[in-house]
Amino acid sequence: MSTFIGDWHALAILFVAGVIPNQIWRMLGLWFGGGIDENSELLVWVRAVATAILAGIIAQIVVQPPGALASVPDWLRYGAVAAGFVAFMLARKSIFAGVLVGEIVLIAGKYWLG
Amino acid sequence: MALPPLDSPQWQTSFRAFLWGARSIGATVLTLVLFATYLGIGALAHDSGFSLGWTLASTAFVWAGPAQIIVITTLGSGATVLQSAIAVTVSAIRLFPMVVSVLPLMRTEQTKRRQLILVAHLTAVTLWVECYRFLPQVPRNRRIAFIHGLGLGLVSVCLLANTIGYTLAANLTPLLAAGMLMLTPLAFLFSTARNCRELADVIALVLGLLLFPLAAMLNSGVDILVSGVFAGTVAYGVHRARAGMVKAGA
Repeated sequence: MSTFIGDWHALAILFVAGVIPNQIWRMLGLWFGGGIDENSELLVWVRAVATAILAGIIAQIVVQPPGALASVPDWLRYGAVAAGFVAFMLARKSIFAGVLVGEIVLIAGKYWLG
Repeated sequence: MALPPLDSPQWQTSFRAFLWGARSIGATVLTLVLFATYLGIGALAHDSGFSLGWTLASTAFVWAGPAQIIVITTLGSGATVLQSAIAVTVSAIRLFPMVVSVLPLMRTEQTKRRQLILVAHLTAVTLWVECYRFLPQVPRNRRIAFIHGLGLGLVSVCLLANTIGYTLAANLTPLLAAGMLMLTPLAFLFSTARNCRELADVIALVLGLLLFPLAAMLNSGVDILVSGVFAGTVAYGVHRARAGMVKAGA
């Protein structure tokens, strides 16, 4: 059981850094919903910053990869993302096509390199 | 899968509506995308040193892929709790307009606020999209039950995907483990690209990707926030300048 949960400290951190900052917005939406215009200027900025933060996270995983992904050379990781993006665009913005092609390039490339 | 007509006896009990909601997870490709994403999150959590219980708790209680990835990558790479909390707070603001816009779809005269708490918790981008697709086919007084079924069904799929991803990451060959870790950036990149509605969103995405490596050189510990706020604000500035030009032109 202890290996399943890990240490309680990590779980407490999850609540402080993950659950609370996230749920605050949902509960505010529940309480104050109604008077907010989804296209207001403030929300445009907020959405842009949120998108850029997510983009940064995506870049972080690709540029400074964790665990097993670090065994794949830089150029192959970037190439897989680029190939996936081309497939995504060609398949009229199909997430599935993009992910599939990116994965195929990464796995085939790594397999070929040995 | 087609839902029963609005006047069907199938909608007579909330429990039936709940089951129809849960079954509807089979009627959307987004379930597949979520499965792949949470497979990746499971693998990512494993390789970043978190326990399986921790990973499942994050899915059940955070229930927002981007926020979970931010927590896992920032904490896993040694950022402080405060930095992670700030990054998650900013990333989660988008949930506010989603909840605000989704609740009127299922509210009736008799609906009490506490009956909507679980719906608010389950609201994330996938459910938000699916509400607009499914709810017109569901009688208004059964919509909350339907969404409970759909949302909890999606959570269950993701908990399963987490468990599979986590277990596989521990046991797969390095080749396939690398492939699974790559699912997360790919799935998020393309689903974010798909959700870009305005020029500001596109610029934020592209600049955010390009600026992170630069911000990482600063080694400030808040790299993600630096590149995110900067890229997002530039994107917003372009949006404003363009709106101004349109106005001036008109």
